[in-house]
Amino acid sequence: MSADEKNTIKGFEDNPDYPLSLTDETLDKAVAKYPFLVVDCWAEWCGPCRMVGPIIEKLAKDHQGDITFGKLDVDSNPASATKFGIRSIPNLLVFKDGKKVGDIIGAMPERQLLEKINAYR
Amino acid sequence: MGNNRSKDKLHDVVIIGGGAAGLTAGIYASRANLKALLIESPVSPSQITITDLIENYPGFPDGLSGFELIERFRQQATKFGLQIIAKDVTSIKGMQTGDIKGWEIATDDEILHALSVIIATGSSPMKLNVPGEEEFAGKGVSYCATCDAPFYKDKDVIVVGGGDTAIQEALFLTKFAKKVTIVHRRGRLRATAFLQDKAFANNKVSFAWNSIVEEILGDTFVTGVRLKNVSPPAEYNEIPADGVFIFTGFKPNTDIVRGIVNMDEGGYIEVDPYMRTSQEGIFACGDCTYKLLKQVITACGDGATAAFAAQLYIEDLKDISYDNRYKQIKNK
Repeated sequence: MSADEKNTIKGFEDNPDYPLSLTDETLDKAVAKYPFLVVDCWAEWCGPCRMVGPIIEKLAKDHQGDITFGKLDVDSNPASATKFGIRSIPNLLVFKDGKKVGDIIGAMPERQLLEKINAYR
Repeated sequence: MGNNRSKDKLHDVVIIGGGAAGLTAGIYASRANLKALLIESPVSPSQITITDLIENYPGFPDGLSGFELIERFRQQATKFGLQIIAKDVTSIKGMQTGDIKGWEIATDDEILHALSVIIATGSSPMKLNVPGEEEFAGKGVSYCATCDAPFYKDKDVIVVGGGDTAIQEALFLTKFAKKVTIVHRRGRLRATAFLQDKAFANNKVSFAWNSIVEEILGDTFVTGVRLKNVSPPAEYNEIPADGVFIFTGFKPNTDIVRGIVNMDEGGYIEVDPYMRTSQEGIFACGDCTYKLLKQVITACGDGATAAFAAQLYIEDLKDISYDNRYKQIKNK
C-alpha cells in the first residue's frame, strides 16, 4: 500500500465529525463507503461558497454518524464538476446508497439546508 | 455576564447588514465607543462581494475585487471593536424600557434590544420571471458571474441587462466564454461610458438590442433563449446558449421594516439627509434606501452619516450630548 493510499484511508474514518476533503480520485470511494453523503462543491473565487462552508462544518459535527459531509474544490477537481453537471456553485451533491439522488444549489440558512438534505433520505 | 442580563443586552445601536454601508456605519459607531453590534445575513452576501472588479472606489487605482474590499472593511471594523454576528433578522418592533423608547430585534434564536437601529440590508438581484428561469436555475441560469463564469469555458453565454453590473460581468465572462451576447431592452446601454467602450471594443461581445428574453430554453441544461423585440410587430428569435446570466436590476431587502418605516412604491426606504427614517431611532443607509446613485462610495458615505446621526440621537436620549446638535436637527 502506498503512502498516498494510506493517507486517503486514514482520511476516511467511519464517522468523521468534519467535512472530508474529497478529490476527483477519492470522491467515488467516499460515495461507495458512506450510505448518506453530502458533498459541498465550492471554489475559492465564489463568495457565497464561503458562507456555506461554516454551515457544512457545523452540520458535520452536529450530525456525526448520521450524515457524512465532504468538500470538493471544483477548481482543482474539474472532472467531478463535469461528471455531475455542475454549472453553479455553491452546489451540494447528495448521494444515497452509492447513487446521486439530488443537488442543492445556492446558499441558504442552516435550517433550510438541513431540510433540503433530509428530503433526500 | 452579570445578573442584569437585559441591561447587558441593550445595545446603543444594532446595524443590520454586512455590506459597504453597514460596515462603514460599524466603523464609525465603534470608533465613537457606542455599544454596537452588526448582524449580517448568514447566507445572502452583500452584492458587492460578488462583483468581480471595482475600479471606481478611490484609493485603489488598479481596482480590486468586491470580496477583497469588503474583507478590508470588515477587518477595519473589527479592529475598532465592532461585534459582528451572522444571523437572519426576522422582525423589528418598538419597545419601552422605563421612559426610554427602543427597538427589539428578533433573530431566529435570540431577541436583542437597542436604542437605535441602522438598516443597511441592501438589495438583491431581480428575477426575469420568464418560463425556464426557475427550472434551469443552477443549470445554466445564473445571477453571479464571479461564482459561475469558470464553468462556461469556451461556451456561448447570454447576459441580460444594460447597466453597470451587466456590462462589468459580461466583460468578466469574456475571460472564459467563447461568445457573450448582451440582451438589452433598449437600443443603448445605461452603463458608464468607460465600461461601454470596453464592451464595444471586445470582439467576444455582441449585442441583441431592443430585445427581451421571452423564455429560457433547455433540456437538462440551458440550450438557448427565445427573444422578442420590444417594438411591434412582435418578432421572435432564438439564440443558442449554454448559460444565461441575469443582471436586470435589484429589489431592496426591506421586508423586515415594511409597515414600520416609510418606503416608496419600489420598497426603498425613504431617508432624510441625516439618514433618518420616518421612525425615530431607526436609520437606514446604502442600497436599501431611495437614492440616485447606488455605489460602494455612496453606501459608505450614507453609512458614516447614519452612524453619526445615530450617535447624536443616542447621546440626546441619554442626555450626554456635547452640543445638543441632535435637538437642532430634530425637527429639520
